[in-house]
Amino acid sequence: MTYVMFFFHSEQYICIEINRTILSEFNDFTFNKPLKNLSMKVNQKSKRKFKIARTIALLLMPLFFIACLNDKKEENVDTADISVHQEMIAELTSPPHVPTPVGARKAKKLIVKMEILEQEGEMTDGVKYMYWTFGGTVPGSFIRTRVGDEVEFHLQNHPDNKLPHNIDLHAVTGPGGGAESSFVAPGHEKVFSFKTLNPGLYVYHCATAPVGMHIANGMYGLILVEPAGGLPKVDKEYYIMQGDFYTKGANGERGLQPFDMQKAVDENADYVVFNGKVGALTGDNAITANVGETVRLFVGNGGPNLVSSFHLIGEIFDKVHVEGGDLINENVQTTLIPAGGAVIVELRVDVPGTFILVDHSIFRAFNKGALGMLKVEGEEDKKIYSGEIRDDIYLPEGPGIQTMPTTNEIVESEVPAKSFEEQMEFGKQAYMQTCFACHQAEGQGIANAFPPLAKSDYLNADVDRAIGIVLHGLTGEITVNGEKYNSVMTRQSLSSDEVANVLTYVYNSWGNSKKVVTKEMVDKIKNK
Amino acid sequence: MKTKAFSLIIICCVFQTFMFGQTEGMVFIKGSRYLPLYGRDSTVVEVKDFNMDIYPVTNKDYELFVEKYPKWQKSNVIKLFADDSYLANWKNNLELKDDQNSNSPVTYVSWFAAKAYCECQGKRLPTVDEWEYAAMADETTKDARVKPSYNEQILAWYEAPRSNENIIGESPKNAWGVYDLHGLVWEWTLDFNSVLITGESRKDVDKDSDLFCGSASLNATDLMNYAAFMRYAIRGSLKAKYSMKNLGFRCVQDINQ
Repeated sequence: MTYVMFFFHSEQYICIEINRTILSEFNDFTFNKPLKNLSMKVNQKSKRKFKIARTIALLLMPLFFIACLNDKKEENVDTADISVHQEMIAELTSPPHVPTPVGARKAKKLIVKMEILEQEGEMTDGVKYMYWTFGGTVPGSFIRTRVGDEVEFHLQNHPDNKLPHNIDLHAVTGPGGGAESSFVAPGHEKVFSFKTLNPGLYVYHCATAPVGMHIANGMYGLILVEPAGGLPKVDKEYYIMQGDFYTKGANGERGLQPFDMQKAVDENADYVVFNGKVGALTGDNAITANVGETVRLFVGNGGPNLVSSFHLIGEIFDKVHVEGGDLINENVQTTLIPAGGAVIVELRVDVPGTFILVDHSIFRAFNKGALGMLKVEGEEDKKIYSGEIRDDIYLPEGPGIQTMPTTNEIVESEVPAKSFEEQMEFGKQAYMQTCFACHQAEGQGIANAFPPLAKSDYLNADVDRAIGIVLHGLTGEITVNGEKYNSVMTRQSLSSDEVANVLTYVYNSWGNSKKVVTKEMVDKIKNK
Repeated sequence: MKTKAFSLIIICCVFQTFMFGQTEGMVFIKGSRYLPLYGRDSTVVEVKDFNMDIYPVTNKDYELFVEKYPKWQKSNVIKLFADDSYLANWKNNLELKDDQNSNSPVTYVSWFAAKAYCECQGKRLPTVDEWEYAAMADETTKDARVKPSYNEQILAWYEAPRSNENIIGESPKNAWGVYDLHGLVWEWTLDFNSVLITGESRKDVDKDSDLFCGSASLNATDLMNYAAFMRYAIRGSLKAKYSMKNLGFRCVQDINQ
């Protein structure tokens, strides 16, 4: 108690000191500086001005005292000494959701029950992966605590699992972050307890040998320690975590893909994704908000290897809790999230639209899956963003046309389609990976930019021409369904099989002529 | 009571030794010196000649055992020697559940139970060094640890679910003539807890610490260490009374003279 009293006194003292400094600065400025500088007239004027300021400052002084006293009351208590009242079972949530904010609740004994499951999941269309998870999801369940909570952690290793696991929570002050005390064999449960001393957003992960493999298979998640009184209220909160994955087959190769140790050691990732799989945050899974709302994202990076250049296309982070700690940076475009680190970002969404979350190490976003969506609904605000105003012709000299690797270099798919149904299935996968961005999900295209494939007269008129376009690309003006388009389609990196599949899919969708395109037809055009 | 139990074990063991030929269902493993995966730099261990069970002990084998030794039946077992999961896949003291295969390796057995089983056959559990020595062979080579294919196969098993329900002898035998060291279940070893893995794998890397297992291997580029480390990790997480779904055993026998 005496200790605390002393603390109070010393803080008050500091407050008084600050006030004195402020006043003496005024004095300095009023009496000394003008004498050195300007004419008496100006001097008199400014003297009067500063006298007023001084009086105001003197009047405000008591307020400073009160402010100081109030501020210090909570902070002065060592977080280890915060007492806990009552017990509570922690609410755990799967990504992208987060539990209810702590708000004004007092520190409690918080019981966390986390189950480890080794289970098969889908990395992307047609690609399966054996994930090791905390709570059945990648990333693992979100844990929300406040500073001073006593967390009683139950780590349960499901009896069907093959391996022992443990948990290292970066929020823990203690050896191994709990790893040693939580080392648990399949079919067993370990219990340990820790007190949350430092507010912030922390990563947790498995630390059982070989640790890299446990993390690479998805064993990571986030634990939030809110300050006393909680984080400021916002309208929407979401939970996102990036991770890199290493599979025996190349990106997109179908079937159950085992973990590839050599690629992991070489840090040569096949997939870099948000929330454990390609498309976990796109389309119907996108996170949402309404215009005018403030969105807070809890973003972690499980690694195991890659550092994230986290960016939201078309928005600026109003606030970034740098590295998940106390330091707040404002107006940030891209924030770096180290592997085994996290960040809290806040932004007010002002205009409607789809905003794309990416790792701005950009090939990861477009070729390896590190892409998510924030869909914002509401009224447009033309002042903030006009949309397209005009479309003028601009023809510089010597148009440079992008080239892609030739189709001859592309290795044939190892699993050719055996039936029409398979052709449709594989074709759809290829379409979603290759064509979707321009021609859109229903083949509707984008007005004035990318011609439609749905009910397309141009497409249905000539199948060989269509094959040729996919193989070699197309530049220049064409007329599709009465509309003129003038843009560039590059040649596509697809094997003959894949071209046949994707065109069969297109011809048999959206009211087209139901042609079936075979590999032989493609090869014929290719070898012309 | 306890002394009685012990004397019973001793009697049965001595008796069994005389009853059966020692090498039925076993193969001879020629001893040698080798560098185990957890070893400190250049610490070579020596393994003497021994016989090893060709197959892991199966559910059928274990049924015969508990019939003969009722104290190891599900409801009679002393709680100190086996936890509540002991024979969790049995419907009563003498029978497996209907969906279990009698030719699958026996699992849900504690170290005490496994040890008693082997002793009653006049055998014993293998040491970690013996087990690892026999298990570093693939189909053609006695030390296949450097082959990528060997490592890949083992790691693939770590990812395959429910392999404990497969039956013994389905995959090819190794160069010694032993089946299923990898691919079905983990196996108990006599001194499973003598290699100290704390579970804090990064700490185990510290060369200054007594926990020596990681020092030579985690910083190596020899990827085999991944598979081996997982075995040492599972051993390190065990206690002798644990009975687990993916953990069985087999026995070995010393060569006399």
